[in-house]
Amino acid sequence: MRARVYVTLKPSVFDPQGRVVADALVTLGYQDVQDVRQGKFFEVELSATDVATAKARVTEMADKLLANPVIESYRVEVLP
Amino acid sequence: MKFSVVVFPGSNSDYDAFYAASFVLGEDAALVWHKDTDLQGADVVILPGGFAHGDYLRTGAIARFSPIMASVKAFADRGGPVLGICNGFQVLLEAGMLPGAMVRNDRIKFVSRLVPVRVEHTDTPFTAACKSQQVLHLPIAHGEGNYYASPEVLSELEQHRQVIFRYADPLGVVAPEHNPNGSLNNIAGICNRQRNVVGLMPHPERAAEAQLGSADGRVIFASAVQALASLSR
Repeated sequence: MRARVYVTLKPSVFDPQGRVVADALVTLGYQDVQDVRQGKFFEVELSATDVATAKARVTEMADKLLANPVIESYRVEVLP
Repeated sequence: MKFSVVVFPGSNSDYDAFYAASFVLGEDAALVWHKDTDLQGADVVILPGGFAHGDYLRTGAIARFSPIMASVKAFADRGGPVLGICNGFQVLLEAGMLPGAMVRNDRIKFVSRLVPVRVEHTDTPFTAACKSQQVLHLPIAHGEGNYYASPEVLSELEQHRQVIFRYADPLGVVAPEHNPNGSLNNIAGICNRQRNVVGLMPHPERAAEAQLGSADGRVIFASAVQALASLSR
C-alpha cells in the first residue's frame, strides 16, 4: 500500500521560506496571494494490506521521524 | 582530562574542537567516529558543528540514529558533561536531549559573523569559568539557528534558568535588534534541567585564539576543565 504524509510548520511557527515564496508570487503579479506555507511531502510504500493498519503505522512514523512535533504538524493519507 | 569529539559524516568543526581542547587548552582529546560506541574514556563529550548526515530531512534529524549517540545519551544520563555546538546543538534537540527545535533564520540568509553573546548563568560545566553576564564575542555560522519552543516550554526554560547564552550587544544589552536569526527570547544556547548538557549556536572552538579574531571561546573549554577539577577535588 502507499501512504502520503504532508508535513507543514505549525501555524504558530513563522515560515520564512513560505513568506519569501509569497512575496515572489506577488512580484509575479499574483496580487491575490495572501500567504504561503512551505512543507514536505513523503510517499511511503508499505507491505500492510489494510488501510487502518497502514494509517496507524505511518502516523507513528510521522510522529517519530518524518515530522518534528515541536514545530511541525502532519497529515497522513492512505491510498486504497 | 579528556575531551571526546564525535565525528559525523558531514561534521566540519570536529577538528577545530579537537584543536581547541588539545593544542589550545593542552588537554587530552580524541576524535570518535559516529559508528563507534566507545567514547574512549571521555570526561567531556563534544558534538561539533557541520552538516551531520547532510542535514537530510531536518538539521540533526538523522544523527540521532548514529550508533555513538546511545553512548552519548548514557554518558549524559550519568551526569557527564555534553556540549553541542551549532549542528551539535541541533542534534541534541532532535535527539530529545534538549527541549525545543531550530527553524530557518527569520531573514532566510545563512549568517556568518562575529556576534556578542551574553552568558546568563555560570552553574554549568561549560560556563563555570565565566563571569555572570559576561559578554563573549563568538562567531555564528548557520542557516537554521532560529530557536523555537512552545510558550509552555519557553517559560519552563526561563523559570528553571536554562537559557545559558543570549544574543546581545557588546555591552550585554539584550534587545530584538541584536538578534541575528529570530530566536525566541534572543536564545543562543540552553541547558537541560540537570545542567550537564549544553547546546549553543555560536562556535567557541573557532574563537579560541586571538589570531582567529577572538579568544573569547577559550573560556567555554576552560570552564569544563575547571568544573571537572572541582568535582574531583
